[in-house]
Amino acid sequence: MSHSKEVGIVGYGVYIPRFRIKVEEIARIWGQPGEVVSKALGVEEKSIPDMDEDTITISVEAARNALKMAEILPDDIEAVYVGSESHPYAVKPTATIVSEAIGAAPITTAADLEFACKAGTAGVQMCMGLVKSKSINAGLAIGADCSQGRPGDALEYTASAGACALVIGNHNLIASIDHTESFTTDTPDFWRREGATYPSHGGRFTGEPAYFKHVTRAAENIMYNTNTTPDDYEYVVFHEPNSKFPLATAKKLGFSKEKVMPSLAVKWIGNTYSASSMIGLAATLDVAKAGDKILMISYGSGSGSDAFTITVREGIAERRKNIPTVQDYIDNKQYLDYSFYTKHRGKIKM
Amino acid sequence: MEKIAIVGVGNTKIGEWYENSLRGLTDIAITKALESANIEPKEIESSFIGSMSPGIFNQQEHISALIGPHSGVGAPALRVESACASGSQAMRVAMMAINAGYYDTALVVGVEKMTDLIDIGDVTTALGTASDGEWELGVGATFPALFALMMRAHMHKYGSTLEEFASVAVKNHDNGSLNPDAQFRKKVSMETVMNSRIIADPIRLFDCSPVSDGAAAIILTKESLAKKYTDDPVYITGTGAGTDHIALHQRPDITTMESAKRAVKTAFDMAKIKIKDVDFIEVHDCFTIAEVITLEDVGFCKKGQGGKFSLDGETALNSTISVNPSGGLKAKGHPVGATGIYQVIEVFHQLRNEAGKRQVKKNDIGVTHNIGGSGATCVVNVFSRGD
Amino acid sequence: MFFPEVIEMSVPRFWRRIHSLYRLEGNKCSKCKTLYFPERNRCIKCNSNEMEPFFYSGYGKVVSYSWVYTPPKGFKSSIPYCLSIIELDEGPRLTTQIVAVDQDEVSIDMPVEFAFRKISSEGEEGVITYGFKFRPKGYPNHKKKKK
Repeated sequence: MSHSKEVGIVGYGVYIPRFRIKVEEIARIWGQPGEVVSKALGVEEKSIPDMDEDTITISVEAARNALKMAEILPDDIEAVYVGSESHPYAVKPTATIVSEAIGAAPITTAADLEFACKAGTAGVQMCMGLVKSKSINAGLAIGADCSQGRPGDALEYTASAGACALVIGNHNLIASIDHTESFTTDTPDFWRREGATYPSHGGRFTGEPAYFKHVTRAAENIMYNTNTTPDDYEYVVFHEPNSKFPLATAKKLGFSKEKVMPSLAVKWIGNTYSASSMIGLAATLDVAKAGDKILMISYGSGSGSDAFTITVREGIAERRKNIPTVQDYIDNKQYLDYSFYTKHRGKIKM
Repeated sequence: MEKIAIVGVGNTKIGEWYENSLRGLTDIAITKALESANIEPKEIESSFIGSMSPGIFNQQEHISALIGPHSGVGAPALRVESACASGSQAMRVAMMAINAGYYDTALVVGVEKMTDLIDIGDVTTALGTASDGEWELGVGATFPALFALMMRAHMHKYGSTLEEFASVAVKNHDNGSLNPDAQFRKKVSMETVMNSRIIADPIRLFDCSPVSDGAAAIILTKESLAKKYTDDPVYITGTGAGTDHIALHQRPDITTMESAKRAVKTAFDMAKIKIKDVDFIEVHDCFTIAEVITLEDVGFCKKGQGGKFSLDGETALNSTISVNPSGGLKAKGHPVGATGIYQVIEVFHQLRNEAGKRQVKKNDIGVTHNIGGSGATCVVNVFSRGD
Repeated sequence: MFFPEVIEMSVPRFWRRIHSLYRLEGNKCSKCKTLYFPERNRCIKCNSNEMEPFFYSGYGKVVSYSWVYTPPKGFKSSIPYCLSIIELDEGPRLTTQIVAVDQDEVSIDMPVEFAFRKISSEGEEGVITYGFKFRPKGYPNHKKKKK
């Protein structure tokens, strides 16, 4: 696909709601041993949106942060894509509301995307294409979710809320995206039919034939095509449904644990679905320095992985100061018990 | 300009009257008023109705055509609205029409039938339309919330206390217990008020006037015709009104009501009285903070001292100044559009020594003070007997 | 039921205020520089018709506040929610909710900043009204600062 160094990240921003529920608290309700479950997943707690927050509000907050770091005028944003599996409207795009809220409207193209947890990175690729073809100077790609977990299901421990926005452009970059490619198949590991309240999934089938296959193959392909090996990268970011999957993948591919650790926000905020790998990237960029190379592989059920090779540029340290870091949002938290959690997530039938 | 006289009054008790419709309530009040003035329906030359939201509460607009004819009063009619000041505004318009020479007599009716809305959320929202619908109600502001903002600001600026505010409710219930037409006729203690459930902090349930049904009617005529209908007419010697920005946030000082200050000045100047001449006053205590602010705005005490003035007992019946001898909106009830007329009727009875156990002893000059919204409208009237 | 649809924010009533709700856009009199939020057609101070757009920074302070237990219909909030009058740094005041705070964390004169939240919706199938609320300035690091 692309090979040029003239496209990259002008700014990034995240937003994570402040409420949390511990994995142990969820386990307590379902009669499971909390510590054991938490350790098995490598997840302590997950984020919960406030009663007046949803995918649209958290997308706007992340976008506002990204624009602040990008030091870019709203008028210069000419594409807005929001990827999510929890858009508040089935018909009426999140992206138009975000466009208005940040001032990119009306001279912009906009659309909503869905590809399970990788809809946000699909938006990144779309922006890259528009920038590289000189159709636009800058675009905004957002991955955001306020995801729903079926009560009593394994995924209830980790389905959480968060958003990450990337301003993709061709100058004033804090990091270039040097190469991107994808690996996509029809693999029904996790799905939700139109109208269904909760998603369904294939249990252990979501492992090897789904996550591991796509992430690993995408990583291998991109490294082959760019003539690079794990040693060439200071950091690696994988989609984070829990801590175990990305740690196992890192090990299998030959990346040391230190390279993937900075990205693992999942331990403290859970799986933010469409924002997951992007927040992992943001957390990594929060500590990276100029010249560092980052390999990022997203994963979305259904299935597919988008792979990116990224080089951090000068000036990132200064621009980072404009906005809160991923850690700042992680640190600002307040616990809810299961009863308040169900109220916040609308699980109580009124 | 001839003075305007009140020659007859009539009203329903205030309460939750599920069995009465809107026109049923006004019929009771109009019938009593006509009897009280010993006047035939066909002698009524004009009719003015004060009501805030029959469209929302009862799905009924055009009540000018509904109410008069239903009670046999076929005079040309007009509905007047200024939220909770609708009643006294209707009386003002009637006065203007008589003074301008259009009519010799007028029937003024205040009515609100709120209990047709059984969900308190719906009632809260309906009342909220007296605020800025887009920038107050539309962002989550209810009336208890708006007055709570005023109360907290008052406490912060002047150090007024919850006890001081509670004393207003206690005093009004004391008076209400002596009023057979009041919605609540039991006294309450300071403990009850201060421990009642929080509505919008710091406002508690017992700081709030209730949801009420009621209709009140008065008959007006010119001074020169008054004795035709009654030996003891009551005269409106001064009237004033003020209008301010509808939204609380558009007024620089949220611990005072400029509209009230303007209305008081106009009314007192017209009546040629000073504050010390006022013997008793019916004020608009939709919330206890409103009475406290009003005591300051009207001028009975210094700014910021209204709560202390009340706690010290200066506003009790037959003390320094009898405030709300009827029990006020708190104990007597608050059928919003009707309240202004209920206040006038209380003054009428007080001036004619008809107030029974709650009679104000020194009763030469009475005043009514009626607010719309969070203080965007205020109407003040001054009354005395003929000499 | 007849009543709620009359009161809840209809589509045009919400839509024409989007720029004010989403971006705190008001306007300013070009002649006497008086600031307005929301915008006005003409300056009510000097009567001029020449107005220009003005975007508020989103920073302000608390004038007064109340924790409200009885919301109007359609409001998506926790109960109680914090209603407040905020004075924007640039001068104009507005009524709004304060979010991301516990009951003991709000005070008069407290500095606040813009937050984008849901305000109300017309039931489960109607349009959602989004717009401004306010939160402690410096969020999420507002507690880390020393006074």
